[in-house]
Amino acid sequence: MATNPMSQFDVYRIGPEIKVGAFDISFTNASLFMILSTVSILLIFNLGSKKNSILPNKIQLLAELSYTFVSKMISDTAGTKAKPYFAFIFSLFMFVLFCNMFGMIPYTFTVTSHIIVTFVLASFIFIGVTVIGFIKHGFGYLKLFVPSGVPAVLLPLIVVIEIISYLSRPISLSVRLFANMMAGHTMMKVFGGFVISLGIVGGWLPLSFSVALTGLEILVAFLQAYVFAILTCIYLNDALNLHH
Amino acid sequence: MVKKIYFQSIFFSFFFIKEAFAAESGGMPQLNPEFWVSQIFWLILTFGIMYLVLSKLILPKISNNLESRKSQILENIEAAEKQREDSDAKLKEYDEIISKSKLEANSIFNQAREKALKDIGAKRKVLDKQIDNEIAEAEKEIDALRKNAPDKINKIAIETSSELLQKLIGAEVNNSSISAIVDDLSKRNGNKYYGN
Repeated sequence: MATNPMSQFDVYRIGPEIKVGAFDISFTNASLFMILSTVSILLIFNLGSKKNSILPNKIQLLAELSYTFVSKMISDTAGTKAKPYFAFIFSLFMFVLFCNMFGMIPYTFTVTSHIIVTFVLASFIFIGVTVIGFIKHGFGYLKLFVPSGVPAVLLPLIVVIEIISYLSRPISLSVRLFANMMAGHTMMKVFGGFVISLGIVGGWLPLSFSVALTGLEILVAFLQAYVFAILTCIYLNDALNLHH
Repeated sequence: MVKKIYFQSIFFSFFFIKEAFAAESGGMPQLNPEFWVSQIFWLILTFGIMYLVLSKLILPKISNNLESRKSQILENIEAAEKQREDSDAKLKEYDEIISKSKLEANSIFNQAREKALKDIGAKRKVLDKQIDNEIAEAEKEIDALRKNAPDKINKIAIETSSELLQKLIGAEVNNSSISAIVDDLSKRNGNKYYGN
C-alpha cells in the first residue's frame, strides 16, 4: 500500500529504457496518460463530427457544444482576430481538461500535476503570444509595458513592474494549474489515508470529506482547464489588440 | 458519550499521521528531473499530433456541420415563411371570392324580386283594367236596364190596367188614355222608386 500522499505523482518507466543521445525519452506512465487523453479526445470528436445530421445525436451534440463553448470563449475575450488560433486553444483546453479528468479516476496518473508539463505548455503559449505580438505590431508591441495616463515620475517603476508581470506569466500560468492539481490530489489521498487509519469507527468523517472533495476536485479540474484556456485567450488578446 | 469518543479518536488520529505515511521518503516527485525530458518529448508528440488532427480534420468538419445546419434551418424558416405568405394570399383570394359571390347572389335575388314584383304589378294592372271594364260594362247594362225599366213597367201597367178594366167594366178602353194616366202617375212617383 503506497501510503505516501506524494507517491501518486511518481513517474515510472513502462517498458524498456529509450535513449536518444543523452536524453532519456522512455515511455512512462505520464506518456501513457497523455496518449490516453489525446486518443479519447480524438475518438470523441471524430465520432462527434462523422455524421452530419440535422438532429444531432448525443456524441455529436457533445462535440458541437464543446466547439461553440470554446469558440464563444475566444470571441468574447480575444475578439474576431483570434479566429486563426481557435484550433490551438481548443486543443489546449481539451488536453488539459481530459488530463485533469483522467486524474480523477482512482489509481490513475494526473499529467497536469507535473510542473514540467504545465510549464512547457505555458512557456509555449508565452513565446507564441510574444512572437505574434511582435509580428503584428513590430516594436510597437513594447508599448504594452507603458500604460497610458501614468505620471512621468512613476513611469520607470510602472514599466519595471509591467515587464516583471509579463515575464512571470508563464510561471503563474503553469504553477496555477500544477499546484491546483497537486494540492487537490494530495488532499484526497490524505483523507483517504485517514479513512484507512481510523478504520470502521472513525473513518466515516474523512470518508464523507473524501466524497465531498471528489466533487470539488472534479469542479476544479474543469475550472482549471477553463482558466488555463481563458488566460491564454487574454494573453492573445493583448498581443492582437494592443490597448495601451 | 459515544460522540465524544468518536471525535477524540479522530482528533488523536492526527498524531499518528506521520507513522501512517512515514513508510516512504518525502519530497515532490515533480521536482525530480529524471523524467523531465521524457515528459516534454511525449507531451510535444501527443499534443502535436492531437493538434494537427483536430485542426486539419475534425474541427473543420464540426464547423462545417454547424454551418450547414444553420443554413438549412434558415432555409427552412424562409420556406415556411413563403408558404405562410402563400396561404395568406390564398385565404385572401378565397375571402374575396366568397364576398363577391355573396354580392352576386344578393343582386340576383334582388333582380328576381324586382322582376317578380314588376310582373305582379303588370298582371295586377291588366286584371284591374279587365275588372274595371267588366264593372263598367255591368254598370252600363244596369244603367240600360234602369233606363228601360220604367218604360217596361209602364207598358205592363198599361196592359194590366187595360185588361183589368176590360174584365171589370167589360168594355174596351182606349189605350192612349190609360197610358196618359200611367205616365202621369209614374212621373209623380218615379222619383220615389228610381230616383238617384
